[in-house]
Amino acid sequence: MYVIVAGGGKVGFYLAKELIEHGHEVLVVESNSRRAAEIEAELGSIVMFGAADEARVLREAGAERADLVCAVTGDDEDNLVICQVAKARFHTGRVIARINNPKNAEIFHRLGIDDTVSATEVVLSVIEQELPRQHLIPLLHLRHTDVEVVEAIVEEGSNVAGRRLRDIALPRECTVAVILRDEAAIFPQPDTPVLVGDALIAFTTSGNEAALRDALLGAD
Amino acid sequence: MFVIVMGCGRVGARVAAQLSRSGHEVTVLDINPDAFARLDTDFAGTTLAGNGIDTDTLRRAGIERADAFIACTQGDNRNIMASQISQHLFGVSKVVTRIYDPLRKDTFQALGLEAISPTVIAADHLIRALGPEFASDEGPA
Repeated sequence: MYVIVAGGGKVGFYLAKELIEHGHEVLVVESNSRRAAEIEAELGSIVMFGAADEARVLREAGAERADLVCAVTGDDEDNLVICQVAKARFHTGRVIARINNPKNAEIFHRLGIDDTVSATEVVLSVIEQELPRQHLIPLLHLRHTDVEVVEAIVEEGSNVAGRRLRDIALPRECTVAVILRDEAAIFPQPDTPVLVGDALIAFTTSGNEAALRDALLGAD
Repeated sequence: MFVIVMGCGRVGARVAAQLSRSGHEVTVLDINPDAFARLDTDFAGTTLAGNGIDTDTLRRAGIERADAFIACTQGDNRNIMASQISQHLFGVSKVVTRIYDPLRKDTFQALGLEAISPTVIAADHLIRALGPEFASDEGPA
């Protein structure tokens, strides 16, 4: 695969290094000449000095034949423009943008860039997984809908522990889709019992999240 | 009309002042609050310090009821991103973007932005000022 990595900061550098180790053809486009020279000293002549948001530079980099352009500079607006120029002008097969503001995932999607990666979001999800007590853990927001996929961990003393699913009064527009128990995924039936330690994976609308939390995590 | 001007440099400050004097409601946005010193002392509009590519800032500026949005910060990409957000996400009916890089201007014009490239306009004016014997076929793009 031919991959253009736009931005030779730490993310771009290690991305390029990994891709090369996996046997891909890589070109890093870096707008700071000193940084470009540093990367070249470490990784060889796989660096081009130039600003990847300029169409002329992307053309020279071979955006037309690239299978993938990864825009990983530190600025969301630069990454957006790089991806849009690659798609609109050079019909690059696939583009991926790094974003800092997690809210930009939806904005980029609306502007035609479907693949975004946010370190902020990743750290946030780790933090949220570490604070499970009495909280629903947000797993996923279904795009263009109001639907959230959440996880609820059943604690000792929970009022749902030991009860069958059909005996648990769930709010409207909520459903428990999967129960994770001892590393197995159970697709529950109405008479499946809920046990302490279970992780309940549920679909809910954001308006019903609080009611779902009370239903699944409320104490007796 | 209610106009939001993003970027309070020389151009932004002038645009804001002129629109305000013509009786429009104007909010000027800039990352650096010191930039508002460029506005006339009798500027009747509102100033807001913040980043125009952040939807929270745009909402605070009143983007949901804006009739027009003008992006004239120093950064082409910031202008492009904020303008696209205003146009496509908030449905502002009149959006104008300053893009210095002529090639980038063409790309985003093709993608539906109304864009002005001062680079092209200034070059053209400078050559024209030299006199008719210097005129070239290349007009403003």
